[in-house]
Amino acid sequence: MHMADALISPAVGGAMWVATAGLIGYCSKKIKEDIDDSKIPLMGVIGAFIFAAQMINFTIPATGSSGHLGGGMILAILLGPYAAFLTMASVLTVQALFFADGGLLALGCNIFNLGFFPCFVAYPFIYKRIVKDGQSQKMMMAGATLAAIAGLQLGAFCVVLETLFSGISELPFGTFVLLVQPIHLAIGIVEGLVTSAVVIFVWKSRPEMLQSSVSSIADKGYSIKRVLIGFVAATLITGCALSWFASAHPDGLEWAMFKTAGVEELEGPEKGLHSSLATIQEKTAFLPDYGFKSSEADHSEEATKAWPAVDPGTSMSGLVGGVLTLCLTVFIGFVIKRRKATEV
Amino acid sequence: MATIENNLFDIGYMDTLASGTTSLHQLDPRAKLITTLMFVIMVVSLGKYEISMMIPFVVYPLTMIVSGELPFNYLLKKIILVAPFAILIGIFNPLMDREILVQLGSLSIAGGWISFFSIMIRFGLTVSAALILISLTGFNAVCMALEKLGAPRPFVIQLLFLYRYLFVLIDETSRMVRARSLRSFGSGGIHFKVFVPLVGQLLLRTLDRAQRIHLAMCCRGFDGHIRISRSLKFGFNEIRFTLAWSLLFFCFRSYNIPLKIGELIAGYF
Repeated sequence: MHMADALISPAVGGAMWVATAGLIGYCSKKIKEDIDDSKIPLMGVIGAFIFAAQMINFTIPATGSSGHLGGGMILAILLGPYAAFLTMASVLTVQALFFADGGLLALGCNIFNLGFFPCFVAYPFIYKRIVKDGQSQKMMMAGATLAAIAGLQLGAFCVVLETLFSGISELPFGTFVLLVQPIHLAIGIVEGLVTSAVVIFVWKSRPEMLQSSVSSIADKGYSIKRVLIGFVAATLITGCALSWFASAHPDGLEWAMFKTAGVEELEGPEKGLHSSLATIQEKTAFLPDYGFKSSEADHSEEATKAWPAVDPGTSMSGLVGGVLTLCLTVFIGFVIKRRKATEV
Repeated sequence: MATIENNLFDIGYMDTLASGTTSLHQLDPRAKLITTLMFVIMVVSLGKYEISMMIPFVVYPLTMIVSGELPFNYLLKKIILVAPFAILIGIFNPLMDREILVQLGSLSIAGGWISFFSIMIRFGLTVSAALILISLTGFNAVCMALEKLGAPRPFVIQLLFLYRYLFVLIDETSRMVRARSLRSFGSGGIHFKVFVPLVGQLLLRTLDRAQRIHLAMCCRGFDGHIRISRSLKFGFNEIRFTLAWSLLFFCFRSYNIPLKIGELIAGYF
């Protein structure tokens, strides 16, 4: 799920930009330090691979929807966290520029959400802990699946937080978490299974590929991050607990979400208008339920909120002026076009 | 399968647009990058219920499209394709926020609808700004601008590599997917059991390719640094472009121009 420019405030976008830029700088330094020249083309080409692989859709049995590879976790396993973070960042940059996934200001958020958690949280603390160095297929399967799920849950939770702090969307925290986390649980399970299957495929046919990355990962730099474990574990537990709570609803909510999940995960141009309209339909079908619950809960809060005074006069002037300005800008466009046409 | 080739065509087409010859194409990429960022920040920093103040901002993408000779319909289509996410999140606003904010005669509009439309306009403006940047500048030039503006070199080299091999790998992917679909009578989607070896194979080929590329680069004296012969110049035109637009954005941001025009007209009657 990509964060969009339209939903964030400059403060949140800027803060995430700074955080992401810092991480990119740090990773670049790390890469330069253990200068392994062959890694630079490898990173670029694997980034292109992630892009290409995302375009292959597979069907998810019994749901009629389809999914594809997300990529964060598989990059971390193949390249190690630093290179993986840089690669993920460049994949997202290309997506933002060419497919308008997210946007320029939201790029910081997106890189952080989809890069930081898989590479620096899920990979070292989940995948590495489970797989260790002894490579057994079961351990790899479990490690990759769990890590992919955790990475996505954290990323999704971060989307919720960023949206909340920006204050552009009205979605209350609880509703948003209940909406987003289960969807990403479903996506995460699919992503995890695909990741582990592909990793095992590579491991079977080219074991040295994985070994080289395993041995090149320095385990030293993580001492500071250990402090983060508590925080991360807390959010993880909250997120997962809430997800399970939502999934326990017997009313087919989960089914609907799972169905939307495949569509939700599709990126940009693959998102046909048809499927997206279907998504919206499904959403609105169970929406009243949500709206009802939270509007009750929020009522007292809303009453105390200070609203801008309702003034019909101002609204009317704004409306008239707005329409006029729009006409004016379109007119300017036409004038330039005319002038260009006469120039030629 | 069609979508894979469409995507390839899409990226290639954006690059074709970037090779235009208008004066906007010739500006230094840094000027366009900075102006685009200014634009996005100014638009996004507007209040949540703001619609009228956003309208003047339309002048920027419109001017760029017209004087950069970009295809309006194509860009519009691209924007609409990515709209569902913004709609999905934005549509909750009218449901959650039912306080009446605008009263037009007997028609009363809830704050939620105002903020929903605000989100949609925001979305249209920011997305079009990003698309315009790339179709006026081209990806390689944006990367150069990034490096000149201080992005770490390994990251930039990485971006250039990714972009260079995107086409090669998407080609390869579409060949593999086509081969599969020809052998399965074109039926249905790709089953999970087929998907894994398909992607795995692609990955193995990619790894081999990366190794070959690296060896070839070493033969040609690669030392971790890609040298680009095109020089960048931030001259008078660039300064004028960046300053003028930034100033204009600042005015749009500080004064509610549509409201002023409206009041003027209301006062006239």
